This record gives sequence, C-alpha cells and structure tokens, in this order.
Amino acid sequence: MEAALIVSILLYLLSAAGYLAYFFLQKKHLQKAGFIVLVGGFIFHSAALVLDYHQQGHIPVTNMRETLSIAGWAIAGVFLVLNYRYNLKILGVYAAPFVALIMVIVSQLPDEPAKTTQLFKSVWLVAHVTVIFVGEAAFALACGAGILYLIQEDSIKTKKHRFFFKRLPSLDLLDSTGYGCIVVGFTMLTIGLITGLVYAKSVWGRFWSWDPKEVWSGLAWLFYAALLHERLAVGWRGRRSAIMAIVGFGVLVFTFLGVNLFMEGHHRQFTK
Amino acid sequence: MHEIVLIGINHKTAPVELRECITFSPEESASALETLRRAPHVQEALLYSTCNRVELLLVTDDKAQAVGAAKEFISSFNKVPIEQFDSSLYVYANDQAVRHLFRVASSLDSMIVGEPQILGQIKEAYRNAAEAKTAGVVLNRLMHRAFFVAKRIRTETGIGDRAVSISYAAVELGRKIFGSLEGKRVLLIGAGEMAELAVEHLIRNQVSETFVANRTFENGLALARRFNGSAIRFEEIGEHLKLVDIIISSTGAPGFVITCKEVKPAIRARRNRPIFFIDIAVPRDIDPEINRLDNSYVYDIDDLKGIIEENIGDRQKEAVKGERIIDEAIIRFREWHEALDVVPTIVALRKKLEAMAEIEIKRSVQGQGMSAEGAEALQRMMAAFINKVLHEPTMFLKKDSMLGDKSAQIDTVRKLFKLDE
Repeated sequence: MEAALIVSILLYLLSAAGYLAYFFLQKKHLQKAGFIVLVGGFIFHSAALVLDYHQQGHIPVTNMRETLSIAGWAIAGVFLVLNYRYNLKILGVYAAPFVALIMVIVSQLPDEPAKTTQLFKSVWLVAHVTVIFVGEAAFALACGAGILYLIQEDSIKTKKHRFFFKRLPSLDLLDSTGYGCIVVGFTMLTIGLITGLVYAKSVWGRFWSWDPKEVWSGLAWLFYAALLHERLAVGWRGRRSAIMAIVGFGVLVFTFLGVNLFMEGHHRQFTK
Repeated sequence: MHEIVLIGINHKTAPVELRECITFSPEESASALETLRRAPHVQEALLYSTCNRVELLLVTDDKAQAVGAAKEFISSFNKVPIEQFDSSLYVYANDQAVRHLFRVASSLDSMIVGEPQILGQIKEAYRNAAEAKTAGVVLNRLMHRAFFVAKRIRTETGIGDRAVSISYAAVELGRKIFGSLEGKRVLLIGAGEMAELAVEHLIRNQVSETFVANRTFENGLALARRFNGSAIRFEEIGEHLKLVDIIISSTGAPGFVITCKEVKPAIRARRNRPIFFIDIAVPRDIDPEINRLDNSYVYDIDDLKGIIEENIGDRQKEAVKGERIIDEAIIRFREWHEALDVVPTIVALRKKLEAMAEIEIKRSVQGQGMSAEGAEALQRMMAAFINKVLHEPTMFLKKDSMLGDKSAQIDTVRKLFKLDE
C-alpha cells in the first residue's frame, strides 16, 4: 500500500476520533481539529488517487478496493464542501467515522489490479464514475442527516432532554440539510446514469442491457425521484423524509456492494 | 501587611424582611463609599447591593477595627441597630474573601446558579468605587481577576447554558424545532402571566406576528395591542392553525381547546411545516395525542417544569467545574498579593539585577578572553555596584512613615522592573 494512502487513513481515523470527542465533550476546538485533520486526510487521499491514475493510465476503479476508496474520498469531499458552505459541523460526527470505516475496510481488501482493457480508456467512464460517486456521497450524508433527525425528533417527542437534545442541532437544520443533500445527490445520480448510458453505448453498442447494477441504480433513481416529488408536491418532510433518506441509501449500498458480491453483470469487470 | 476583608448578608443568611432594610441605592453608593473610606484602618473599599445581597469589600491593615467600623457604618447608614443584623452577617478574610467574591461574580453563589445579571451589578459597583477613588491597587487587581474568572466560567462551563424558566424553556425548545424563531407566527390562547411572559420572550426572539384568541374578544383585543399583534375570535382558532407555528395556550377551559381532529387537516394544509404547542393551562387545553402526529409537538406545563428541573441539575453539575476554576484563580491572586509586600519585592529586585549582571559578566569574560582573576574582580565589582544601586530603593520601601498608599508604591516598583513576569 502506498504511503499517501496510509497517511490519509491515519488522518481519517484521527479526525473521526476528534469529532467523536467533540460530540461527547462539546469542546469547539476538538471539532476544529477534527475538521482540519479531515482536510489533511482528504489531501493525501486525493494525492494517492492521482498517483494511481498516473500509474495505471486510467481512473482506478478496477476492483472493489479502488471503488470503495473513491467512495470514501467522495464522501469526505462532499462533506468538506457542505461544511464549508453551510454551518453543519455536527454532520462530521457521522461523516468522519464513516469515511474512516470505509478506508479501514479498503486497507484490508486485496489489491489485485484487473487486466486493463480498452474499456477503461474513455472520458465517459471518468465522468460516469466521478459524478456517480459524488452523488452517492451526497446520499450518504442525507442518510446521516436523516439518522440525526430521527434521534433529535425522538428526544423532543419523548421529552427526554439528556444527551442528544443538547448536542444535536435543530430539526429544521437537519431536515433542510438532508433535503439539500438529496437534491445534489439526485442531480448527480441523474447525470451519472446518463453518462453511464452514453458510455455503455460507446463500448457495448447499446444504452441499456438489464445488467443488475443498471436495474438497481434505476430503482434507486426512481425511489429518490418519488421522495423529491412527494416533498415538492405535498410537502413531505421531517420524519418520513428522514426515513426515506435512510432507506434510499440502503438501496444504494445494496446497488454498490450487494450487486457486486451476489450478482453477475458487466459491472463485474470493474468491481470484482 | 494589609488584609482583604469581605462583610455581607445574602439570601442564605438573612430573610427578605432584613435584606430590604439594608440596601444601598446607586445614588447613595458614592457617599457611602466616601464614608467607608474615611473609616479608620480602611485603605480601599467597594460595595454592592442587589435584591439578594449586600456586601462590603475592604482592604485594611487592621481587620478587627475595620470590621467594627463597617458594622457601625451599615447600622448608621440604614438606621438599623447592629444587633438586628449581626447574626446574619458573614465576615471573610483574604483567601476566603477572594473565593467568596469570585463565586458571587461568577454567579455560583446566586439563588439561581448561573443567572447573568450579577456580574453586571458587580461591574457597576466597581465603576462606582473607581469613580469615588476608593478602589486602589489591591481592589483593582482583585476585581479584574473576578471579572476574568466570571467570564472564564461562563465560557468554559455550562452554568448559563440551559433555560431555567418556563419562557426560556419554551424558546429553547422552539429553537430546537425551528432552528431560528425569526419570522415564525405565534398564537396566544387565553391569558395569564406565564403565558404572556412566554409570548414576550418569543417576540424578543423575533417572531414575526402575534395573534391572540380570547373567549372575551375585548380582552383579546387589549392583549393583542400590547404585543402589537391582532386579536382573533375563539372560533377562528382552527383556521389559524394553518398559519401559526407556535401556540401558547392558557385558558380556564375544563376540556381540550384544541383536539387531534382539528390539527390533522391543519398539518396537511401546512404542508407538514412543524407546529409547536405549549400548554400552560391546568386542566390542559391541548390534546396530548397531538404530540403523536408527525411534525407536531406538544409540551404541557409538567413537561416544561421537568425540563427546568433537569436544567437546574445540569447547572449545578457545571458549577462544580466552576469551583475548580476559582481554586486556581485564588492561588494566582494569592501569589500576586503576597508578593505585594516590601521584603519579597526587595528580594525580587535583587535577583533581577543579579541575573542581569551574571549575563553581562559572562559576555565580557568570553568576549575579551579574560583571565580567571580578571573575571573574579569583575564579579566583585558588580556585586558592590548592585548593593549601591539597591541601597536607596530599599530604604525607600522599608521606610515606615511613608505617606500615601504603600501597596501602590510597591506595585509601581514591581511594574517598573517587571518583577511579576
């Protein structure tokens, strides 16, 4: 494993520890430290990915290890942007440990590069992969916001104001964050699917081939489309919206992992 | 050597009947301070008087005399015989006086721990003392330390964090639901002191519009005028549930004023924007089942009281952390205070000069390649020189019949030579 990746994993772990300590002890400087360390981890991680790209001559998505790594990178990146743009420090309590966990799994997976074929030499693939992962990262954060929403709602409804009530932000903020993430995620997923279709056409000569991953991605897309539609049409928000965000992310995780592990299809060429 | 003495009564030692006899209004404080300052053996003086306490802070060279004079002063100023308040009086000296002051300023000694007004009142008292020129070197330093400690405790512990009154608890909850209360609409049903206080506090938090519903429309109208809001008829409440975000209910009605059946369609019409019911009435006005509906929250008076109790418990826990900060601050103040004496100052002065000489001698010896004998001669010369230089300042500091404030002069010497760093 290359040094940059190891450093980034260590930094992610450190950042996760910082955020968790912040959550329990409520000291602002811990949150700041967690954030800065996360930025450091992200920089090293990006360097590792760029290095891989150079060595392999294509975007490193040839096996499970590499795709997971990109997924972790995307979550870290999207969180950093969100945290920078909006005041969402608390989401780091979810994002940093999540990224750290993914990266620890990455470090345990075997690194066996697949045969490079012409398949990988396409701009469409780069676009497809990047956009899809940014979208999935946004959905992952929407799921986190949803979980935090449910916890906070429960502490308000049951009138138990001990631990979480003080530490979590307002329901409104959690809800609008989740919504924002889903809008971003949905946009990215849509673009990702389109670029995927174009790419499929360019290498296999057809847009859609009922590959299990295609089917499940399509399902996830429909699911989020329904969620957004309900929100815009009848104002679905709060609890139901949060549960949907969590379920939706479950579908995505299955699309990502389950399909790779249990089902056949042409995506297997990428994600053994 | 002078001492710091604190004399006072507070809500723990004296009943309100006594406390209201012993007060110093802001207008009286200047003349009171002047009288105190002129008392024998009192070098510096400061006093604060709030509804829960009256305390005098003195710097004196004779504690017994000063305490006697202070009691005399309290008695004659308020025209209350000493016997009446003597048993309620507490007297602290030095470390204990400093601790008491720090605890009062940080609101650890308050009736409601963490209440923020006391610090302002003590700052005011200090300003008065500074204007009356009754605060000198010791009190200046002490008060600044007290403000610093109070600020530190407020930021580093959570003693002031949680709401401890119904109206604050309501706002705290509102914030956790809505984020900001800005632009939210409030409906007050009925009337009552607690409910009105809550509405006022919500208005201070920038809610945009207030509606008042009362069985007697005229009463509602009068109340609405006070809040700069509008009155609605009781029958219009159902319709307004679609519009308002926070409902505070406080009627004498025997049954529920708002039922689940009314709220359900309102939530749909609100497109699920959250709605928050605060039920201050007994018997309750709001059907508690409403709390089970999505995006709708109901808190009754017992829920709010439960929260307040929890919060008071939290504050007390945080206060323990505050005591630790105070322990530390007392030690630091004591170090400074003890150094503010003749002998330690002379010793520090000598040490400082010797350290300087040491460095310069070393530099000369190394730079010139001086012989051992030469270096020794240089050292002797420096020692003699330091003795000569220190002779006059030592005599000056030791002189007993010194006019003016000795602490101030020692303080000047210490500052002049940066002895406290």
